[in-house]
Amino acid sequence: MNARTQGPAPVRWLRRNAVVLAGLAALVYLLLPNVVVMLFSFNKPAGRFNYEWREFSTGAWTDPCGVADMCGSLGLSLQIAVLSTLVATAFGTFAAFALARYRFRGKGTGNALIFLPMAMPEVVMGASLGTLFLNTRVDFGFVTILIAHIMFCLSFVVVAVKARVMSMDPRLEEAARDLYAGPFQTFLRVTLPLAAPGIAAGAMLSFALSFDDFIITQFNAGPSTVTFPMFVWGAAQRGVPVQVNVIGTAMFLIAVAVVLVGQFTASRRRSRS
Amino acid sequence: MTITLSGVSKVFGGFTAVHPLDLTIPEGSFFALLGASGCGKTTTLRMIAGLEEPTDGTIRLGDDDITRLPPHKRPVNTVFQNYALFPHLDVAENVAFGLRRRGISSVRKQVEETLELVELGPLAKRKPRQLSGGQQQRVALARALINRPRVLLLDEPLGALDLKLRRQMQLELKRIQTEVGITFVHVTHDQEEAMTMADTVAVMNRGRVVQLGAPDELYENPRSTFAANFLGTSNLIEAEILAVEGAELRLKAVGADSVLRLPVERCAVEEPRAGGKVLVGVRPEKISLTHAADAEDSDASGTIPEGSNVLTGRIRDAGYLGVSLQYVVDSPVCSEFSVYEPNVERDTRLTRGTEVVLHWRPSHTFALDAAQDAEAGTAEEAL
Repeated sequence: MNARTQGPAPVRWLRRNAVVLAGLAALVYLLLPNVVVMLFSFNKPAGRFNYEWREFSTGAWTDPCGVADMCGSLGLSLQIAVLSTLVATAFGTFAAFALARYRFRGKGTGNALIFLPMAMPEVVMGASLGTLFLNTRVDFGFVTILIAHIMFCLSFVVVAVKARVMSMDPRLEEAARDLYAGPFQTFLRVTLPLAAPGIAAGAMLSFALSFDDFIITQFNAGPSTVTFPMFVWGAAQRGVPVQVNVIGTAMFLIAVAVVLVGQFTASRRRSRS
Repeated sequence: MTITLSGVSKVFGGFTAVHPLDLTIPEGSFFALLGASGCGKTTTLRMIAGLEEPTDGTIRLGDDDITRLPPHKRPVNTVFQNYALFPHLDVAENVAFGLRRRGISSVRKQVEETLELVELGPLAKRKPRQLSGGQQQRVALARALINRPRVLLLDEPLGALDLKLRRQMQLELKRIQTEVGITFVHVTHDQEEAMTMADTVAVMNRGRVVQLGAPDELYENPRSTFAANFLGTSNLIEAEILAVEGAELRLKAVGADSVLRLPVERCAVEEPRAGGKVLVGVRPEKISLTHAADAEDSDASGTIPEGSNVLTGRIRDAGYLGVSLQYVVDSPVCSEFSVYEPNVERDTRLTRGTEVVLHWRPSHTFALDAAQDAEAGTAEEAL
């Protein structure tokens, strides 16, 4: 007899399933807002505000770009997210290799400074960057947003890739060199595939951060460059169209699909070999 | 192909890992670099592989100077410590790696043959992490051997395996070396491993080769206390040379009256003279023990052969190991004399506290320069 088999039936059941229940509670807590967003994307609100459930409608889903300027801002956000992800991932990977592999003057300082953009409040960073652009007379717009996004994405890429590179066995590259691979082949065939999970993690983080950044973007955008988060914020002042929920739901579902596909291929690869 | 190292040294910052080293490794031999960790054996191996650049000296492979050649241009392959298999490639692709990098595209037949050689055919599609330690070791071996290198370098190849598997792989490695006939250079800290596999063993200590020779030559005739203690166990006694009589040295052990004798060629001191100090050594299994009472009684069966080296002592500890009996004997010349007796005709009277006579043949005795640490190499052996 142990504690698990003692007491009345409901108590025993609770003991056995406590961990599962706690896990489910955490999931509900995390997902409930998404479910609400999803639900209200099928709403047909009476006024301009989509805060009260009225009746079921697929109107917003059949006409997602029916709201003026919204799909334009979505396109701009995606464009900036893709570009800043590409640039930040490339430069961040190089920086991570430099910090992980080589010894040079200022390496310690570099390592510390890399964390600064992650630690600094976004408001401060956005405002100071805006001041910099203002004083150097750069026109606010697409380019300034892109520069700002690349900057804060860089730190995350460097941290993700560096952790991966540090944990890589340097003997694997020696083995490649020993097996007739020159420096370029060694990088392409061994170093890069081994660092890939870290690079992918950094790129995914960059995309997510850039796509939904509001504060820094707000300080560095021009009058005609309205990103999707800025559009939602602006719309919220006057009344939120249902289409915003449609886009939110679609983004959520795409993210879930990406994760599921990744897990599925990984498990299939594992079972096949 | 013969490897020739001439004056090769390696300095890291202020630390000299390898002092200028001259070494010739003959073609087709199984050559072992034996030493404790940090003795420079792995650095020497890495310099041959091209993964470390010598501070000074030249390395030649046959007639070609390869000292400055990068590793991917050397016809030399390495089996790394802990194998360094590529985790993102399966067994077949790990093995094919070297061939593919040299632009050979039809690798299937060769990969199959090589996996057959190391008995891993059915596991070609597995990833390295799905293999046991012994299997990973074989993949590492196949990955190097498939390239038909002129020289195969092995860096502690069996270090991560358990004892039983290690014994099995020792025989396996020896079989493969005989089969493919290429030069193997093997780095190890395990004296048993070096002695069972290698034709020639170079014992290294603190960046220098202390002694080089066939395993039996090293064991029977060590030329320094490090070699004497690192390879097996030696009893070392301080002694003074009484006289040099033709081909024989006569010595007196410090603290005993008896005269010890040994052949001159078994003395590591150049030109031994009367009055000189030496360390007299004898291996534990060469010594016989006789009960003190029998030694005095000339009619007894266990008498001591004429002309033996003789010392007296008292048994401090006796251990029964089945295959042999191990004794520790206190004697005036040495407080811990190790004696191994084969378990053939066991004298049950030889227990703790018994007075005994130790005796062995002069030809089993060796003498070393007294101006060195008698304990050198004893602690390192445990590593």
